[in-house]
Amino acid sequence: MSVKQISVFVENKTGKLAEVTRYIADNKINMKALSVADTHDFGILRIICEDHDTAAKVLKDGGYVVAETEVLAVEIPDTPGALANILDVLVKSDIAVEYTYAFLSVKNLGHAYMIFRVDNNETAKTALVSEGFNVVTSETLF
Amino acid sequence: MQNYYQPEIECASREEMLKIQNEKLVAQVKHVYENVKYYRDLMDEKGVTPDDIKSVDDLHKLPFLTKADLRDAYPYGLLGTDLKNCVRIQSTSGTTGKRVVAFYTQKDVDLWEDCCARAIVAAGGTNEDVCQVAYGYGLFTGGPGLNGGSHKVGCLTLPMSSGNTERQIQFMQDLHSTIICCTPSYAAYIGETLKDMGLKPDDIDLKAGIFGAEPWTEEMRRDIEKSLGIKAYDIYGLTETSGPGVSFECCEQGGMHVNEDHFIPEIINPDTGEVLPEETKGELVFTSIDKEAFPLLRYRTRDICVLSRKKCSCGRTLIRMSKPMGRSDDMLIIRGVNVFPSQIETVLLSEGYSPNYMIEVDRANNTDTLDVYVELNPEQFSDTVKAVSVKEKELAAAITQMLGIRPVVHLVSPKSITRSEGKAVRVVDKRKLHD
Repeated sequence: MSVKQISVFVENKTGKLAEVTRYIADNKINMKALSVADTHDFGILRIICEDHDTAAKVLKDGGYVVAETEVLAVEIPDTPGALANILDVLVKSDIAVEYTYAFLSVKNLGHAYMIFRVDNNETAKTALVSEGFNVVTSETLF
Repeated sequence: MQNYYQPEIECASREEMLKIQNEKLVAQVKHVYENVKYYRDLMDEKGVTPDDIKSVDDLHKLPFLTKADLRDAYPYGLLGTDLKNCVRIQSTSGTTGKRVVAFYTQKDVDLWEDCCARAIVAAGGTNEDVCQVAYGYGLFTGGPGLNGGSHKVGCLTLPMSSGNTERQIQFMQDLHSTIICCTPSYAAYIGETLKDMGLKPDDIDLKAGIFGAEPWTEEMRRDIEKSLGIKAYDIYGLTETSGPGVSFECCEQGGMHVNEDHFIPEIINPDTGEVLPEETKGELVFTSIDKEAFPLLRYRTRDICVLSRKKCSCGRTLIRMSKPMGRSDDMLIIRGVNVFPSQIETVLLSEGYSPNYMIEVDRANNTDTLDVYVELNPEQFSDTVKAVSVKEKELAAAITQMLGIRPVVHLVSPKSITRSEGKAVRVVDKRKLHD
């Protein structure tokens, strides 16, 4: 019950992000969700693709430094406090969140999801499900 | 008025100097041949005996010594006397693998300190001066050398060592230091700190500075002179020959007078070893003609410079060498520390990185900066910024451990550092140290 994410090392220089996204486009890969973390020297482009395995292979073949990670996708209601409620559950279970980002599903119109990178997927998942949150797989999303 | 520490030497006629050099050289070659097996083997291999060396004109017949020889002979192989006759060890700054350990008898220490005393007097020093020595003390030759020279001149000596800059300035004010000895980059930093403390050059009594152990430009000299209100003098030396004071600048600031009654300089073609005439650019070679414990003959410094016997208006007849204009090897001097790119390569390999790297040296606010660009190894990558930053920090710490100075490490994409056909360009030195 998790989603596979690809992280790509991108130097923090003008044109580098454009270069990798053009490469992804040229290889006909469709990105469903994306976030970019940046530091002074480098950035990490994190993407979730429908065909994860092909996307990861294509990027590696292209000479990019790639890491594959299992992350959690949690459906988030369109109400104030929704994110805070999810985070409360994680805090109570002593789960640390490394990063998080949001995306909208096209398949399930009107549904928003948060991606969470946590230090323990299994514990987080169990805790969220037991509190009634919907932790989804890629099949639900795409 | 010109002052000299040892006028009979510093202003000797060419004939007098040659007589000193010839006598010392003949005796030294004999001493080395008899006491240093390592060099005797080199001479035997070349078919040279002490009898072949009758004067300075025969110097070219002797074999060269290089840093590699020093490494091979480490630590005692080039010792010229029993250890019981030695009283001191000094060593090159913090570099592993190519460390040089030099030994001194009491006589060696004395002559070294005489050389430093000549430099201090040439910068206007007398027994009425307060000399603040802000070179590092310890194995590094800077502090001990100038400290000894300052004593010989009779200056009131402040053995501050480097660092703690506000305290340096406090002492300068309270104890009225008139001469400062340190690296030029530290002098520049003291100048900036003085300004930051809201003080002006007039608020301190410094009149002269003796700066060495790293390359610096005329522009930097002007900056330092202005910021501290002093006249800045260059001093040159290397642990292999003794330390600072092998040569020194006089009031003319036009090249450094070599203490050639102790160290005979030659300029050679670094590729062929052929001796080049004066006023020609080449690699500087020194022969120590009266050192007992560490008597290196024809030691190749790898510094590129020019020798000149043109008359100097200061009255000294000692031959002058230009500021080094570069190196005939890949050694860099960063913040006074000798750095070989191969050392950084060693760290990268041991830490699991590819040996494709780029070193960028620059100077910001008169302090050297060292940036190391390293290709990221896919196995070390992770999706979190924290993990990648930790890798950068770990690598910086490992390089600091090796070099003794801290670099800024930048991880870059694999294959992004230019590969070149022949010899890879690993170093970009943007400092423009040579005018």
